[in-house]
Amino acid sequence: MNDLTRGHLFKVTPGFLECCKVNHRLLPRLLLTPAVLTLLLWMIVPLVMTLYFSVIRYNLMQPDQTGFVGLENFEYFVTDPSFWTSVVNTVLLLGSVIVITVVLGIGLALLIDEPFAGRNIVRMLLISPFFVMPTVNALLWKHMMMNPIYGVLAQVWQFFGATPVDWQTDWPLLSVIIMISWQWLPFATLIFMTALQSLNREQLEASRMDGATYLQQVRYMYLPHLARSMAVVIMIEMIFLISVFAEIFITTGGGPGDASTNMAFLIFKQALLNFDAGVASAGALFAVILANIAAVFLIRMVGKNLD
Amino acid sequence: MNVRKKKKVEMRNVIRVTAAWVITLLLFFPLGWLFLTAFKTELQAISVPPLVIFSPTLENFHEVQERSNYLQYAMNSVITSVVSTLLGLMIAAPAAYSMAFFRSKRTRDILMWMLSTKMMPAVGALVPIYVLAQKSSLLDTRTGLIIIFTLSNLPIMVWMLYSHFKDIPNEILEATRMDGATLWQEFTRVLLPLSLGGFASTGLLCLVLSWNEAFWSLNLSAAKAGTLATLIASYSSPEGLFWAKLSAASLMAIAPIVVFGWFSQKQLVQGLTFGAVK
Repeated sequence: MNDLTRGHLFKVTPGFLECCKVNHRLLPRLLLTPAVLTLLLWMIVPLVMTLYFSVIRYNLMQPDQTGFVGLENFEYFVTDPSFWTSVVNTVLLLGSVIVITVVLGIGLALLIDEPFAGRNIVRMLLISPFFVMPTVNALLWKHMMMNPIYGVLAQVWQFFGATPVDWQTDWPLLSVIIMISWQWLPFATLIFMTALQSLNREQLEASRMDGATYLQQVRYMYLPHLARSMAVVIMIEMIFLISVFAEIFITTGGGPGDASTNMAFLIFKQALLNFDAGVASAGALFAVILANIAAVFLIRMVGKNLD
Repeated sequence: MNVRKKKKVEMRNVIRVTAAWVITLLLFFPLGWLFLTAFKTELQAISVPPLVIFSPTLENFHEVQERSNYLQYAMNSVITSVVSTLLGLMIAAPAAYSMAFFRSKRTRDILMWMLSTKMMPAVGALVPIYVLAQKSSLLDTRTGLIIIFTLSNLPIMVWMLYSHFKDIPNEILEATRMDGATLWQEFTRVLLPLSLGGFASTGLLCLVLSWNEAFWSLNLSAAKAGTLATLIASYSSPEGLFWAKLSAASLMAIAPIVVFGWFSQKQLVQGLTFGAVK
């Protein structure tokens, strides 16, 4: 029986390998095709259309005015004083949220690293904001937390005898940063927490025996261990936060002025509030460039960490 | 000496746990407050100082359902997120399989390219997609939203599944192949059981992302196919001043996914680490 099987295998194997060679080239590509093709379409079709729209006159309110205008739309978009404000705001927003969530996230993760009573409940409560949809998040903060008269924060300020802050008028960008940080802090915390679980406890114990202080442990053991998960957190947050929209749309509406307008919101304003699809498309191309710059950074910084 | 040291450690522990609880409760406070406010009357909701003890009412929930047909929006949310997740898994799994087990020099480039499409601000594609949706009469339809959700989650899904598949030793699959298993058998009998966790966490994340998706649903859907995210946005202003109703509507919109998230959080977080945390 054994011999038979072996013989059988032996006879079949060469042919099988040959077919596998064909397979080895063709099959993987075939399997990859649907995903690559759909994503390619998803990227190329809008991009080409955007390119086309960006060089014609295309105002939704003036459909009779058409024709090629060259780079006029681009010029209009870039010379708009809001343009640079929006670029700066995009970067500020992204940068501050990442810094806040990574720093506080690591702090919190270290705080709840060791087991204690109710740790599971803490974990559950902590992650909740991550599941809240941006529209609810925005309304919740806009009305119930940051309202200058009835808002909870105003009450707290008053309780301590301070003048309540009109968050969305006086600190519009900061308000948005606070909302988004609140939503993404749980995500960062949980990733770091999960990462810490795989830290070698014996090494930690040994280092304490050798007289390492807690701060030294954090510096030389915890932080290096968290490097990879930091890369993951930064990557995901960059992907999701470079084009924050709903929070701004619902709370500050980009204002006052352009104080909390980011790139995504500026393009939206051009397209749907000014009805100028041409200028909006030119702006969209700038946003694509910005995204690509960020992507290059990202790949440089974290790409090799994820292989 | 030893006793004193022990006491010091204990003291430190108490401080640590207290700090953890205080911070957690502070972070959870907005949601807790939302929950309480949903059961208040409008007058109680804006009372100064804020009320913590009151007799709860279900009035707001009735009103939300009556005024804006909550169930229809909820149905839209469920259908669009579930279908787009399943569809996404079906497209992403073969691609991830191909990249994880038949690596080539270009694998990393393809992955990075896929992720970079996710970084493109959706707003950049708004005008073309809007025009396309209008031309193909997919505007304000669930089909339209499903297609968009699937496509925008696809890069993340491929990446997550890829990082799960990568941990499976290639030899196991090769052995199955040697034994003459077809691709389908290899997939369903070997790969699927081995990476069930990966499929679960990928699916879970996409469910959450689609449920909470706001940009496309705000811009491409309205009364007919609108998801809960659009329903809530319609309470933005001036009805936003009616806190109790707003809270009730918000609570109804987030409760399903938050509760779902609580039960699946361990699985979800494992998946979100993209294999970077072992």
